[in-house]
Amino acid sequence: MKIHVRGVGKTYHSGGQALQALVPVDLDVRAGEFVCLLGPSGCGKSTLLNILGGFETADSGVVEIDGEPVRGPDPRRVFVFQEYGIFPWASVYDNVALGLRHKPQAEQARIVARYIELVGLKGFERSYPSELSGGMRQRVAVARALAVAPDIVYMDEPLGALDSLTRLQLRAEIHRLWKQEGMTILFVTHDVEEALQLADRIVVMEPRPGRIKEIVPVTLPQPRTSATPGWAELEERLYRLLGVRA
Amino acid sequence: MSNRPVQRYEVWLWPLLVAIVLLLLWHLYSWSTEYNLTTTAADGSVETRRIRIFPTPFDTFPALVELASDGRLVRYAMASLFRVLTGFALAALIGIPLGLWAGWQKRVYLAINPLVQGLRPISPLAWIPIAVLSFGIQDEAAIFIIFLGAFFPIVTGTMTAVQSIPLVYVRSAQNFGVTGFELFRRVVFPAALPQIITSLRMALGIGWLVVVAAEMNAVNSGLGFLVIDARNMGNRYDLVVAAMIIIGLIGIGLDWAVRRLELLDEVRWGFRK
Repeated sequence: MKIHVRGVGKTYHSGGQALQALVPVDLDVRAGEFVCLLGPSGCGKSTLLNILGGFETADSGVVEIDGEPVRGPDPRRVFVFQEYGIFPWASVYDNVALGLRHKPQAEQARIVARYIELVGLKGFERSYPSELSGGMRQRVAVARALAVAPDIVYMDEPLGALDSLTRLQLRAEIHRLWKQEGMTILFVTHDVEEALQLADRIVVMEPRPGRIKEIVPVTLPQPRTSATPGWAELEERLYRLLGVRA
Repeated sequence: MSNRPVQRYEVWLWPLLVAIVLLLLWHLYSWSTEYNLTTTAADGSVETRRIRIFPTPFDTFPALVELASDGRLVRYAMASLFRVLTGFALAALIGIPLGLWAGWQKRVYLAINPLVQGLRPISPLAWIPIAVLSFGIQDEAAIFIIFLGAFFPIVTGTMTAVQSIPLVYVRSAQNFGVTGFELFRRVVFPAALPQIITSLRMALGIGWLVVVAAEMNAVNSGLGFLVIDARNMGNRYDLVVAAMIIIGLIGIGLDWAVRRLELLDEVRWGFRK
């Protein structure tokens, strides 16, 4: 098992008030799997991701990756954030090279060029993020993440800030890159369609307190659209689990 | 708000009109300070002259020429600039590292912030007596006062800049194994830099305001000294106004110079509307 989560819970305290962000949860993720964490805000999906990524510590339980407990952030497991975690003071090239800074210049240049091309940003190496559209910035973030050849990519609503057309386009590209590179992806979203299109399994979560409601496997063939047989039933089931439809 | 599009010539027209009106008012005010001075010479002849206490705009040109040709303009401007730039540089040299440190380390912030906020509202001019007592009528006194005027905005601005760095930048860096001093160099400093530049701009502006007052009290040269000296030595208000014009022009130049920093690739992102 790639990721092994048992009894992981988290409670935040602020001003004498306790907020249970995550009721102890169990989850296992296989190597190379694409898992979506789906739920409304406040369901603990980002909290769980931040614990897996080592940015936050759980109050209880164990998180193991490849049999090792998670002790902190690790370049083998890279985040793509919603709010453009790329650096606005650095060029596209320098952003993508961030995780490669200990490699020799020539190797850096080769890897950076490959991933910039892979995300379709060839010719923008010298541009700065403020000169790019939201979708292009997120492509930089994806290239920066993939450039270190990570085992796992954590994506925290990476398409949440984008317009709907760009979102569809990048969604397809993320799927293509996952197929091509073969890493494990944990993808947080509150978009049912997005989860259905991308995931091998969808972890449906609910809020107050945040917990896992059900884990739904998606076996529909790729590429998937709403016209794919079986899509409508799964969609209906997910909306029902999320309490949107009775 | 009117929606009629602004024509290109209007960019010049309106400020020009305002300038002409103000120059006219100035001129009228100068005339109102005119009076007849009657003198009786030793031979008994009586002479009446028209005297103007306050110079007209036209009177200030000869005054500027006078200052330029007797060398005072360059000498005093250099003296003022030297003091401002020295005080400002010291303030930046101490203020930026201190602000970075305090912005990053909560304990350092807790330790120094009350002191900084307590001293900040005291006008640097209030320090003039202490500065003169400590350094004498010397450059050091004026530099010290400018240092104080520039130091507090730089420290406060830098601290705030570091404290408001979005968490996502720090996490991204940590994710890629960037820690310790490298985190500072690669993330904390560049992320704070636009706000640091804004605080430098403010500090230099304050420094230039303060130097005039400091030179009126703490030294015997510089543009501030020129203003007060021209008044004291025979009510040369034409020189007073000429000095004021020079002070204004150099102030604009200094601000323009700092604003050039905002155009650097590494900080441009911080100055977008």
